[in-house]
Amino acid sequence: MDLKEKLISSFLAFENQVDVDAFVHGIRSKAIETFENKGFPTKKDEDWKYTSLTRILKKDYTVFPKQENDIEYRDIKKYLIHDIDSYKIIFIDGKYSSHLSETTHDGMDICLTSAALTKPKYRLIIENYFNKVATKDSLTSLNTAFSSEGAYIHIPKNKLVQKPIQILHFSTGNEVATMLQPRNLIVVDENSHVQVIERHQSLTNNPVLTNSVTEIFTNKRAIVDYYKVQNDNQNASLIDNTFIKQKQESICSVHTFSFGGKLTRNNLKFFQHGERINSVLKGITIVGDKQHVDHNTLVQHIEPNCESHQDYKGIFGDNAVGVFNGKVVVEKEAQKTNAFQANNNILLNDKAIINTKPQLEIFADDVKCSHGCTIGQLDENALFYLRSRGIPKKEAKALLMYAFANNVLESVKIPKIKQRINKLIANKLGVNIGFDL
Amino acid sequence: MLKITNLHASVDNKTILKGVNLEVKAGEVHAIMGPNGSGKSTLAAVIAGKEDYEVLKGKITFEGQDIDELSAEDRAHKGIFMSFQYPVEIPGVSVTNFMKTAINETRKAKGLKDMPASEMLKLIREKSELLEIDRKFLSRSLNEGFSGGEKKRNEIFQMAILEPKLAILDETDSGLDIDAIRIVSNGVNKLKNKNNAVIVITHYQRLLDYIVPDFVHVIYDGRIVKSGTKELAHELEEKGYDWIKEKVDA
Repeated sequence: MDLKEKLISSFLAFENQVDVDAFVHGIRSKAIETFENKGFPTKKDEDWKYTSLTRILKKDYTVFPKQENDIEYRDIKKYLIHDIDSYKIIFIDGKYSSHLSETTHDGMDICLTSAALTKPKYRLIIENYFNKVATKDSLTSLNTAFSSEGAYIHIPKNKLVQKPIQILHFSTGNEVATMLQPRNLIVVDENSHVQVIERHQSLTNNPVLTNSVTEIFTNKRAIVDYYKVQNDNQNASLIDNTFIKQKQESICSVHTFSFGGKLTRNNLKFFQHGERINSVLKGITIVGDKQHVDHNTLVQHIEPNCESHQDYKGIFGDNAVGVFNGKVVVEKEAQKTNAFQANNNILLNDKAIINTKPQLEIFADDVKCSHGCTIGQLDENALFYLRSRGIPKKEAKALLMYAFANNVLESVKIPKIKQRINKLIANKLGVNIGFDL
Repeated sequence: MLKITNLHASVDNKTILKGVNLEVKAGEVHAIMGPNGSGKSTLAAVIAGKEDYEVLKGKITFEGQDIDELSAEDRAHKGIFMSFQYPVEIPGVSVTNFMKTAINETRKAKGLKDMPASEMLKLIREKSELLEIDRKFLSRSLNEGFSGGEKKRNEIFQMAILEPKLAILDETDSGLDIDAIRIVSNGVNKLKNKNNAVIVITHYQRLLDYIVPDFVHVIYDGRIVKSGTKELAHELEEKGYDWIKEKVDA
């Protein structure tokens, strides 16, 4: 039985055991139908031309992993940004861990999708927001069909959430191979501000495939800063589907730091419903050794006077493969749009590959849109310059790579995250540079 | 300190140096002059250890050690410094962070611990005053958007901090106005002592009014064809290089 058949046949059992009302049940049943019809994407799909899931889907994944574990705080501490005060929503093999988490219902809800989908008091929010911005492609539908657990965040209006929220999905490797499908829903009402850090991490080398869906609603004048830290081990693959719907004058930024994992695919889609919206998409990718990272972005400008800024930097070594496919759509009504997109890459050797494809579809006539992509190598003259000052080759290369990626970090608002990312970059490059950029 | 014997070197399969002999002792200032394309900058790059330059024949020793096999960073650790004719712009790395890294990597190579932050600050402040460098300048990205004069001043600032035994100044005067030349050469003169040496590579005699050489060498077609004292520089200024070319070509 292949994975598709396995998932479809598991669905019935899953629906019977979970207690949900007719509304959610209806959405799920429709979603599994969509998945059944479309199946997993293949390289024949334009959006998956450069990323093949075939090899990854061959593993015999357990869809409902065993739920017993004895994970303690000390086992996971290093994956948290532990030296800041934060809310934490922590899942182990897809199951919520109350003793590791720190949630709240005090003036806002920072809790669980499982509660939101089943308890009457969340019903209005679920009916208004759940699965409303997620697209109906096959992988998102698959997640929707099995959606039962994840982070649920609802910030009511006029609230500045003082502490960042960390969402962490761990896998223990209790099963030979595990498939996880977390589902996050984040609703931020008028004038509110929240910061979120998300990470997926396996604690052993057993293969993991995560198909995650996150829906973010940024209402009027709300601000959302979202950070994705992707530094999983070599047998972990992640398909991250994040959908953002923004209302007028809201600002939403998503920073994606991709250093680890076997295959990482980021589907990041922004939909602007309102005027004077700002969307920020930034990423640093540093991979080597047969790793594959694919950024597939979309920004849809629907109304006038909005902005979007995309800046993705990639450094690829060994046999790594990178993909950047960034699409900006400016609808007819969206006059005075200011859309900027850049994708700059460094290839460290002849075997590394980057496929980069910017796409602009502009239907309005009074807009400012720019896009550009570059592919290059480290500058030999710059390298000699640094070395002639006593900086060894490896450190000099690292310094140039730091410098190359640096401007993406400038917009990171939480200093501790910046520090952590600097450290992860240094580790990735195998150097110890004695300063923070 | 530095001894170059019968040095032949090439870049991109083109032989540029065709038998250079030069000896520089501690406490000396040598000027190397010559027309464009004669091999001046190649000589500097070969001494500093640029990888795409290949030594075909001959030998370079520094303090008695053959340095041909040493990397650029190893040579820097031994005390060889080159001020670049065209300093490279490196956006994203500030002058201060660059210097911190250079100092600490050099210390690491010598088995020393990182320099304490307070000492580092003091050193940077002291040397920036010597070169009349504004504080704000130090937090800017290395050479990015610097004027020609700022770039060269920054090179000598780095020299002041790293305190090399042998400094090679490759066309440090090119693109400088008279005030910048004064500041730069004043810096070099203050750093000069009996234990270190300077090689000034220049096209014009002008800089040598400020940094006064003990010896002047003329390089032409990959060889040092004439050596003398500072009067030779004046002679070149007056008569140009043609008489030397004619003499050699004949």
